[in-house]
Amino acid sequence: MPESGYLLAAVAIMAIVTFALRAVPFAVLHPLRSSALVGYLGVFMPAGIMSILVVYSLKNVSITVPAHGLPELLAVAATAVVHLWRKNAVLSIVVGTGLYVILMNWVFG
Amino acid sequence: MTESAPHSTAVVAGAEAPPSSEVRGALRASLPVGVGLFPLGIALGVLVVQQGLSPWWALVFTSLIYAGSLEFVAVGLVTAMTPLPYIALTALLVNFRHVFYALSFPLDTIKGRPARLYSMFALTDEAYAMAVTSDRKTVSGRMIVYTQLYLHAYWIGGAGLGAIAAQWIPDNIVGMDFALTALFVVLSIEAVRAQRGLAVPLMGVTCAVVARLVDVDHMLPLAMGAFVSLLVLRYVLTRQKVAGDA
Repeated sequence: MPESGYLLAAVAIMAIVTFALRAVPFAVLHPLRSSALVGYLGVFMPAGIMSILVVYSLKNVSITVPAHGLPELLAVAATAVVHLWRKNAVLSIVVGTGLYVILMNWVFG
Repeated sequence: MTESAPHSTAVVAGAEAPPSSEVRGALRASLPVGVGLFPLGIALGVLVVQQGLSPWWALVFTSLIYAGSLEFVAVGLVTAMTPLPYIALTALLVNFRHVFYALSFPLDTIKGRPARLYSMFALTDEAYAMAVTSDRKTVSGRMIVYTQLYLHAYWIGGAGLGAIAAQWIPDNIVGMDFALTALFVVLSIEAVRAQRGLAVPLMGVTCAVVARLVDVDHMLPLAMGAFVSLLVLRYVLTRQKVAGDA
């Protein structure tokens, strides 16, 4: 279990980086506004970074053990379908997570 | 505060409303967003406790970091004792989009240094979306800050409730942590919609899968570093193509 000193340092670093990302651009607005690369990254980075986080959150899933990643595949598909259909983030997350809990505890468990 | 307008001026059309009605107005405006934030806060609180951290960390995370998706990732990173430079890099890449909020957020309408500092600190996706879609003439700077305080409170409150509730979820029920994956699936769909085509998200997935196979412990910085490098390369190549076509 991580100790409090490490946890506090981690929280402080994340808080500082996040605050800097939000506050510093107010001070340097002009060069930023004119940078075409920064504008390009602003449009395309979120889609890639969020996709990476999906894969990252599933990094401990193994396709060689009995369930073969099937519960994860079904639950991700259910989340995506519900979200494309209803566009309601909370509903999508509740349906996806609910299905996953059911699959893990009573179908594949 | 310089604008302590007497009550009589409040009846004049267009005059600034007294603060108490701004407090209520901000509450009303923030509720629809709170309906989304509060359950996500609960999910974060549950995750913090299920990963073995003390429930108090749910409050520390939500109060001080206050960046939703980063906080979910952070729980996994700190329980795996990830080195601090990797944590800083992850925070930078996950929240890089916030750099662009300064371009259109009406910070100039917010008076007073503490209020401006808090407003920048609490400039989340939701706060940005609410501030830039509201009418500059009717929504004051104070109203924006009150709204940000409410959103922050929903988030901390949800996490606190989740951290308490987690202690009653039976240990033999597994899979609640899938809420994190589901959140990222939802955010991916929203982000993919905001740009054109599937090339960039597929590039991200490819980087992530390769990084997972190469080194599972350093997967996140590897994948994100490779992805950003490829994206800059794509920018350079696209520009040359455009220049060549012209």
